[in-house]
Amino acid sequence: MGESLPRVHGGAQQHSDTLRRPVHTLRVKMVLLGSSGVGKSSLALRFSKDEFRSTSPTVGCAYLTQVVHLSNATLRFEIWDTAGQEKYHSVTPLYYRGAHVALLVYDITQRETFVRAQVWLKELEKQYIPGSTVIWLVGNKGDLAHDRQVPLEEGESLASNKGLYFIETSALSGEQVNELLQSVAHRVFECIGAQQGGLTEWQETPTVDLRHKDSFNLFASCCKVGP
Amino acid sequence: MEGEAQKATASWESGTLAPVDRLRSVRADSPIPGLVEGTEPGRSLSHYQWDYITDCALILKTAGAGQKSAMFIHAHSFEDLTAEAEEEALRTVDSGRSEEQHEEGLKALVAEQNIDEQHSNDLSDSRTKEEDVSSEAWRSHKKHVFVLSEAGKPIYTRYGTEEALSSTMGVMMALVSFVEAEKNIIRSIHADGCKVVFLTKSPLVLVGVSRTCQSDKEMLRELQYIYYQIVSLLTLTQLNHIFQHKQNYDLRRLLAGSEYLTDNLLIRLERDPGLLLSAVTCLPLASSSRDVVSSSLQAAKSKNLVFSILLAGDRLVTLVRKKDQFLHHIDLHLVFNLVGSSSSFREGEGWTPICLPKFNTAGFFHAHISYLEPASQLCLILVSTDREDFFNMSDCKQKFMERLSKRSAYQALKEAVKCPSYSVAQVGIPELRHFLYKSKSSGLYTSPEFPMVYQSDEEQERLLSLYQELHSCLHHPTRPLRYYYRCRETENLLAQVTSGFELYLCFSPLVTKASAFAAVNKLLKWIRKEEDRLFILSPLTY
Repeated sequence: MGESLPRVHGGAQQHSDTLRRPVHTLRVKMVLLGSSGVGKSSLALRFSKDEFRSTSPTVGCAYLTQVVHLSNATLRFEIWDTAGQEKYHSVTPLYYRGAHVALLVYDITQRETFVRAQVWLKELEKQYIPGSTVIWLVGNKGDLAHDRQVPLEEGESLASNKGLYFIETSALSGEQVNELLQSVAHRVFECIGAQQGGLTEWQETPTVDLRHKDSFNLFASCCKVGP
Repeated sequence: MEGEAQKATASWESGTLAPVDRLRSVRADSPIPGLVEGTEPGRSLSHYQWDYITDCALILKTAGAGQKSAMFIHAHSFEDLTAEAEEEALRTVDSGRSEEQHEEGLKALVAEQNIDEQHSNDLSDSRTKEEDVSSEAWRSHKKHVFVLSEAGKPIYTRYGTEEALSSTMGVMMALVSFVEAEKNIIRSIHADGCKVVFLTKSPLVLVGVSRTCQSDKEMLRELQYIYYQIVSLLTLTQLNHIFQHKQNYDLRRLLAGSEYLTDNLLIRLERDPGLLLSAVTCLPLASSSRDVVSSSLQAAKSKNLVFSILLAGDRLVTLVRKKDQFLHHIDLHLVFNLVGSSSSFREGEGWTPICLPKFNTAGFFHAHISYLEPASQLCLILVSTDREDFFNMSDCKQKFMERLSKRSAYQALKEAVKCPSYSVAQVGIPELRHFLYKSKSSGLYTSPEFPMVYQSDEEQERLLSLYQELHSCLHHPTRPLRYYYRCRETENLLAQVTSGFELYLCFSPLVTKASAFAAVNKLLKWIRKEEDRLFILSPLTY
């Protein structure tokens, strides 16, 4: 699985002088949020198995993992693929609480889901601890560009206004999906990984405690959200 | 009649994996205890607080030619009545409602509902059951199921779209309210080969319309299942809360994306004998292997773990439970339905809130659902009381897998899943084609593979509907039978019920009555010999 992703060199070498061993596995909690049917599960499946399959709606939440190797660190993504259905919204905070990465996914052919992604953003901002979460706005279903309702520029401008990262992907064709995971890995390592206690190390039997410490962040500028 | 009704409902309930009756206190807090408790199957009728329910089932016979199937053919002519009915319904719902304490979570929920009003409308459109409700095809479906709110708002229809049926559902609510206004309860309408059965489970009303020869009781049982399916997604507390706040709330928003569960449950009701028998079936497995699997599961325990269930498709491999906690067969069937209907658990570990309505209608459990291997049929469900327990449950699964793979039992288990259940030929009764045997004490049943003559879906459904007829006769509310023998052109059928078991046999049409009865003993002997393979004889607790 990990092999299907190109190993990336360079990346975060400037941090190699940290106290940690040159190669260690860090746990990254990533959550996918967005309306029902925008392709969160399909993205998650691309991340973990690089496959595409049409699935039934997610029930509650699905948990998957994927390991990404950077030059001086290995990141173990713990992916929480949430259900978009309204009835599960009351439990969703469980999954985005303490997340290092949040992907706000919308469907470029459904304007409604773009609006909904902004509602999710507001929701996240309520819980937000500066410097602790890297947020990506992801326009999915890029293969359906002919039915597009949300122009690329609109996604970009929302992202830049709110200080989010932005990408358009297609879980169906796989386009930009690896790129997304790679850039997420780099960003999260640069922004959070270098902090003391920003990311915890992964052991064979992971501890239940997922809470991370809120510490002063030198790289806050690159993960800033909101005005 | 009350006594009879009690007997009838009680017999339906008697097939529990173990009787659970711990909810009385919870339900008594419900704003309309009479409605909630009184319509509950299996509750003692002393709990009926509607003592004005008259002593016989109310059957409105609309036999006049002009009224035949009026509800469906001339729906629009009832529009005035609908409006009136809605008001009526509102009044009825209003009276007797007391304010309940708001839970914080629910408050948030209602608040959120206002934000994204438009959003969910969008979701319901994505359903692919658009069928013209005025078409002949729509009307000729064998069985319709409708769910509506007490304000007459459509919540679910098996065929067509809810929007197109709002006036029809309005009429249904009008009928319910009209009879209610007379201090009575509508149970069914029989007209023109069509049965309309009503089930009022405040705050929902369920209506079944059938052209089959099913009895009212069988249809009620099916409506109960649908009701519990909805409760299992939302909890009764949340349902009550929502409708107390907003009587004309569109519940489809909250059920959006889960209609397929109800759809699949309705298919199961037509195909799965377990739902008819109020029992579940086991994967045939050597008892030594099953014991190892059970004890491995038993060892993988955790503080908040209440049930560990291992499934092989629709068959139970083993179930370990917390001491003194029992899982009702309805709850188990809802879990089977959830797992069997959703592909999403295949892609990772699932973690979902689930209400087990026969255990507790008020709250959610949290279920960790995952397959033992990606392509395997073996699915493990760990039910915890704590919503933050995901990693504990994940560890439990890991522990179970480690223990299991150390022993040869896992291999035996995988083999058993691969091979078909068993063929009726093994019993050694030439005329016997198929049978269902339910052990009442364990709530488990066994039955062989369908033979060649019943390979197609239609034939299987036909056989099951024959069994259903037998079941209805044996469990008739006023004239229950112990034996029933029936000769048909295509097969002969025999059913027998004792205090210990229920048995349904299907023979070739050439069998004689005497040899059919002789076969029963032979079959019972065979089952006794095989029982440690076919059933779970020693259920474990943590």
